[in-house]
Amino acid sequence: MNKILLRMKGVTKSFSGVKVLDDVQLSVRPGTVHSLMGENGAGKSTLMKCLFGIYQKDAGEIYLEDNPINFTDPKHALEHGVSMVHQELNQVIQRSISDNIRLGRYPTKGLFIDEKKMKKDTLDLFEKIDIHIDPAMPLHKLSVAQRQMVEITKAISYNAKIIVFDEPTSSLTDKEVAMLFSIIQKLKKQGVGIVYISHKMDEIFQISDEVTVLRDGKYIGTDCVENLTIDKVVNMMVGRHLEQRFPEKTNTPGEVHLSVKNITTKFDPQIHNISFDVRRGEILGIAGLVGAGRTELIESIFGIRTIASGEIYLDGKKIVNSSPTESIKNRFAFLTEERRATGIYPLADITFNTTISNINSYKNKAGFLQAKKMLIDTDKQVAAMRIKIPSKKEPIRSLSGGNQQKVIIGRWLLTNPDILLLDEPTRGIDVGAKYEIYQLIINLAQSGKSVIIVSSEMPELIGITNRILVMSNGYVSGIVETEKTTQQEIFQLASKYLHQKREAI
Amino acid sequence: MALLGKKIQPMTKEDWKELLLKNAILIVIFLIIIGIIIKEPAFLSTTVMRNILTQSAVRLILAFGVGGIIIIQGTDLSLGRIVGFSAIISGSLLQRLDYASRFYPDLQPLPLIVPLLISCAACAVVSGVSGLVVAKFKIHPFLATLGMMITLYGVMSIYFASGDPGPQPIGGFDNRYTNFVIGTTLGIPNLVIYAVIVSIVVWILWNKTTFGKNLYAIGGNPEAAKVSGVNVFKTTIIVFIIAGILYGIGGFLEAARIGSANNGTGNGYELDAIAACVVGGISFSGGVGKVSGAIIGVLLFTIISYGMTFIGLDQYYQYIIKGAIIVAAVALDAKRYIKKV
Repeated sequence: MNKILLRMKGVTKSFSGVKVLDDVQLSVRPGTVHSLMGENGAGKSTLMKCLFGIYQKDAGEIYLEDNPINFTDPKHALEHGVSMVHQELNQVIQRSISDNIRLGRYPTKGLFIDEKKMKKDTLDLFEKIDIHIDPAMPLHKLSVAQRQMVEITKAISYNAKIIVFDEPTSSLTDKEVAMLFSIIQKLKKQGVGIVYISHKMDEIFQISDEVTVLRDGKYIGTDCVENLTIDKVVNMMVGRHLEQRFPEKTNTPGEVHLSVKNITTKFDPQIHNISFDVRRGEILGIAGLVGAGRTELIESIFGIRTIASGEIYLDGKKIVNSSPTESIKNRFAFLTEERRATGIYPLADITFNTTISNINSYKNKAGFLQAKKMLIDTDKQVAAMRIKIPSKKEPIRSLSGGNQQKVIIGRWLLTNPDILLLDEPTRGIDVGAKYEIYQLIINLAQSGKSVIIVSSEMPELIGITNRILVMSNGYVSGIVETEKTTQQEIFQLASKYLHQKREAI
Repeated sequence: MALLGKKIQPMTKEDWKELLLKNAILIVIFLIIIGIIIKEPAFLSTTVMRNILTQSAVRLILAFGVGGIIIIQGTDLSLGRIVGFSAIISGSLLQRLDYASRFYPDLQPLPLIVPLLISCAACAVVSGVSGLVVAKFKIHPFLATLGMMITLYGVMSIYFASGDPGPQPIGGFDNRYTNFVIGTTLGIPNLVIYAVIVSIVVWILWNKTTFGKNLYAIGGNPEAAKVSGVNVFKTTIIVFIIAGILYGIGGFLEAARIGSANNGTGNGYELDAIAACVVGGISFSGGVGKVSGAIIGVLLFTIISYGMTFIGLDQYYQYIIKGAIIVAAVALDAKRYIKKV
């Protein structure tokens, strides 16, 4: 038990000058589950990508069974017995299950692929872990959970010494999680070292032997799970007590502001018959598992998705948000989930990024833009939200995630919205900046704006919302008062309709 | 194709709509063909069919080349120039001894395989360089091959002008060469036989080899292929080299088919080949495409061009129809793969 299978020491990695890993260490023993914990952006995935050869570390050493290793690409890592279940499903969905499992190492007979062996191997693996799907099925016909199980099967198929599970349960049902855990137990018995990354505390305490915590790219500590409590881990993760993670809720909900009635969307992934109210000045959280339809819900409210039936009322008057343009006119604002992909214009400067959604208001009579007005507005937002910037001419991508997010919130505030739809507003943002964003959200609610916030971080929802709407498999499974609920109850609601077949299929 | 799809459950109205939409372009093309037949029943003769197959042969070989690149989310603008390059190399090495203005006056007759191999090797190198640029510098194939197209035109024009008679069309081909290409075997045009052989080889490559699996994997999700240990770099270059070899074969055949070659030979062929691939369902979104699709695309395109000429439709109208078909095909293709929200 005392032997170390994998030892990472002094691992450091920077991206464009920002240290995302700073002198991090990790030691994994054979036949144990080692959980890697930390908030979003703490560097867990980056550390694993350095191990796996997707990123090249700037400094540090990695030893596998006391041999120094430095994988230059994933193939190299896989050949040396290190495999990984990636957080984002990295699959070729046009191709079959067995094609995906044997991707990069197809069995051949002479010059040609040995399809028979491929099918048989896949069936053997499936039997071992009790899955029953036809290996010839293309992945786009499977559910997300099934695809996840395929990914896990693939990781196992390498006969690896080390398997990294990066948030493997985010789209699994309780039953599937139990199945995964029994697979992990089997792997442990075979002496495999497992690195397990998850945000779900109960899972961590259920499955791990040891826990290592990272915070802001730094190593905080390692301990046996017996010596730890949830509070201790949270303290290590956030570096202060839980009570201080969220500002005080000073907003007071008033009259009903937005009313959503029986919304069903037209295309997959569908949401069904969604109804709820938001009161003026209220912060409504939306919880649910990945694929529950949370983003789809606010996208349909904002006119991005086509609504098949249902109505939206604003202050009792029926409105139709048929497109984002229409929604903005109705004074909605939508902060998207993928900041890098759909939020920022990375190479454009801060002024551009702040004013772009409101660009028409800067036109003079001749139709030209008035630069001065734009600069004044930018200054105003930067000051109001205490955004730290070197200069307004700087491209936004050189800012930290938290400051980028503030710029985008500032952009939306310039459109003078009444209802803010925020999708994962603190994803990939460090703890200090999160607190400021929470404060900002609460201030906005206090000033009479209504806020709907989608988040995968349960403490966040409990920390800043007034009520929480829980979605499950495209349906609303409950709306709870934040004061009276528990994480437990929300988890239960989130998996309420998981076994319900989608009507569309 | 989905037209022949086996649906056991009764079709709903939605299903029919979906099916019609999916195959709209094929349906339109078939309607055009029926129109041609009604106008000119003589279109349904063996001679016409034979001509269409012969005309399709080289196009098909070229379509397979660019088809592979389209599967990995690329495209190839240099196709036509590479074909021309191969045509002038092959032609310059295979002229009759008694021809007046020979490119190499003192060159003795070579076995046919030698110029073919030289052309293919030269084209493989040229296309391989594009592949290297794409794989190494992560430049979009559109731009890499745009550069290659222009550069190669310079190179081939210099070669073309360097012959003994100066920059004159290369003609007067060796009879062995001409017969090899435009002759028949057991009544079947040789070109058709070559196209069939190439189709079989490409089918095996795409479906039965590790290279083929990697091709589709990279096209479908390059990131997934990479983290699974697929050598994306190597596979990308091989895709381009294979394309080069196919263009080399195409150019070798094309010179003899036309009976002469110059530095303008092949110009614009890439557009026909790409259009045929798209109509045949080889999607620009990558990871999707079949050998049968390329065959259908090329055949339909040739039938339409030939048919429209057959009924005496003005050339300019032909352009309008062809252009519309390409745009419609791409739009429908996009509709198939873009997620509805």
